[in-house]
Amino acid sequence: MSEDKKTLIIEGKEVEFTNEPNLLEVIRKAGMNVPTFCYRPDLTPFGACRMCVVEVIYPNGRTMINSSCTMPPEAGIKVLLNTERVRKIRKMVLELLLANHDRECTSCDKSGSCELQQYAEEYGIKDVKKYAQKEDWQEIDNSSDCLVRDNNKCILCGACVRACHEHQGLQVLGFANRGSATHVQPMAGKPLADTECINCGQCAAVCPTGALTIKSVVNDVWAEITNPNKKVVAQFAPSVRVALGEMFGLKPGVNTTNKINAALKKIGFDLVFDTNFSADLTIMEEAQEFVTRLTTGGTLPMFTSCCPGWVRFLELQHPDMLNHLSTCKSPQGMLGAVIREYVPQYYPEITKENLVSVSIMPCTAKKYEAKREQFKMEDGRQEIDYVMTTQELGRMIKSAGIDFNSLEDVPADSPFGQYTGAGTIFGVSGGVAEAAARTAYTLVTGQELQNVVINDMRGTHRVKTVELDLNGTKVKVKIVNTLAEAEKCMREIKEGKADYQLLEVMACPGGCINGGGQPLSFNDSNIKEQRAQGLYTDDEQGQYRKSHENPEIKELYDKHLEKPNSHKSHELLHTSYSDKRSGCYIGIAK
Amino acid sequence: MTGSTVSIDFKTIDEILESCNYSKQYLIAMLQKVQEVYKYLPEEAMTYIGEKVDGLSPATVYGVATFYAQFSLEPKGKYEIKVCDGTACHVRGSMPVLNAIREKLNLKDNKITTDDGLFSLEIVSCLGACGLAPVCVINEKVYPQMTSDAISIVLDTLLKEERGN
Repeated sequence: MSEDKKTLIIEGKEVEFTNEPNLLEVIRKAGMNVPTFCYRPDLTPFGACRMCVVEVIYPNGRTMINSSCTMPPEAGIKVLLNTERVRKIRKMVLELLLANHDRECTSCDKSGSCELQQYAEEYGIKDVKKYAQKEDWQEIDNSSDCLVRDNNKCILCGACVRACHEHQGLQVLGFANRGSATHVQPMAGKPLADTECINCGQCAAVCPTGALTIKSVVNDVWAEITNPNKKVVAQFAPSVRVALGEMFGLKPGVNTTNKINAALKKIGFDLVFDTNFSADLTIMEEAQEFVTRLTTGGTLPMFTSCCPGWVRFLELQHPDMLNHLSTCKSPQGMLGAVIREYVPQYYPEITKENLVSVSIMPCTAKKYEAKREQFKMEDGRQEIDYVMTTQELGRMIKSAGIDFNSLEDVPADSPFGQYTGAGTIFGVSGGVAEAAARTAYTLVTGQELQNVVINDMRGTHRVKTVELDLNGTKVKVKIVNTLAEAEKCMREIKEGKADYQLLEVMACPGGCINGGGQPLSFNDSNIKEQRAQGLYTDDEQGQYRKSHENPEIKELYDKHLEKPNSHKSHELLHTSYSDKRSGCYIGIAK
Repeated sequence: MTGSTVSIDFKTIDEILESCNYSKQYLIAMLQKVQEVYKYLPEEAMTYIGEKVDGLSPATVYGVATFYAQFSLEPKGKYEIKVCDGTACHVRGSMPVLNAIREKLNLKDNKITTDDGLFSLEIVSCLGACGLAPVCVINEKVYPQMTSDAISIVLDTLLKEERGN
């Protein structure tokens, strides 16, 4: 039935539709568009902002104004997108929103990528003082290391509330009060840093205005770079390379690794390493840890530990499960430690004192991770000084006046710049498990895996279960993204219903490629797949596709670390976790 | 809002949740029962419910609690005064009654409870007793056809009783 082709008419053009959930999707499929603040393809339609209203003419001649995001497509209707009536409604919506809005656009973090600003300009809103202006301004919540919440810029579209609920199952943000007093806030208006927020930044990724933004460290990093007494070392994560190009007009998924190296050098970074290298290192350690747990009766299923949102989730919501979590630091954490320990040995002009370590991540939660107690050095500094998101790097490149697309390719620096295909797919849900399987196979069987691509582990859908045959040893792997799914796994395990030995969790939908720090893409539902494809292509084209084949990894073990899970690697590359629930207000409910 | 002013007995709240089957569809009933016990909704109680009941979070419980006028996030007084400000009461002079109460009890701005915790004041929309307008209700007892003088006498009587105790 639903496969039947039905048609409706949009702006005089006959358009076919099948199972599109709403009229807005049909309009977009037909190559047209209407403005919206609250509609986000990955979230439940909400119908809050009324910007997507269209005029619908039914076959019986009746005319209605309807929000296209909540209206199911109907055969035979005529849809008009830009009549005087709907334009008038949209203009009034914008005027009323702006009356209640902190219009300090020039100093707003979202300036240039703000949808409110964009539509106000497109609809020619000039008289914003027509309506009574809001008087009760609220304080900006600057408490979090990762996100800034400014309710004076909130338009109550509820996208953040839905993202927190539908992706992460957390509902840290909610609506409070009602009517004109309604606003979005955590429980009782608590500062975000004091809540159960895991810093994933998915709320900021869907916010149309400057109400939720990433806490930027760009100015601090510039200060270090321009300081002649400092040597600034950078690393950047797998997902950054396939998304940054979007900020410079490239298609999602275009691999810009060597252009990023070049841009960073041009900005003034002294050395550029690749987090893909330490993703390989993570696999060496994590695959070994997994095989050891598997063969010596350790705690199973083992959980991957690369995602700082997931780690914080576990520390807050399931501290009793922390022994399942791999003790491996994340790739960011590993390279942070390796840079501190070994860069001064390879580059004599760099010392422990003048080294500044900066990482560029697709992730807002990495900012929090870098500040963890466990990553504090003896001198009180953190192993990684600054964490920038992909967005922040894009802005930095623009402000440096660099023409990104015409940069000549530059390779990463050695000895921590080379990577394999296994390292690069870390950025997509399933990638860590696939990379681990390639190396674990060798560890268990002593042979090399021939078909390195494990298709069942690929795809950005939320849950995947794969059974691996390591030459007779059967291993079941579960791969989930979003913490709403991870929570279900925790219940399975507690109820004794889990039959898998390895659980890979990434908090963001689709994995790091869709992280909260990635370039904004409010309405492109295919962007995840395109970025993922970019990483899979990088994997395919690589000279090496297994972490243990990476020559620089071999060198690191030969010269310094001896072997995976050795005493030295435990010291440098592994970490510990702690119960954070008792220190949080939710701790009162055991 | 305000911090906790009573100590919460989570056993009591567990009993309430148990009676509601720990099901989120009974959230309003849960909150009503908690308010019955404590005379208001302590923050810890809302957090506890948000954490214990599947599908809720502290923020969502807080959202429901602040949406409905029936819930108070501040402790209520021993005497809960409700002043009806429905249309009938309003035109027959509920505002002067309200102002008289505020003045008498020294409740300034949006304060709802007196410092001694004896009285709390709430404006309600319609008590369904329009024939008796303007109406006040103090702890379930209805006081019809109030004036500022009359409510003053009522409050004096209550205060005298309290001092006598």
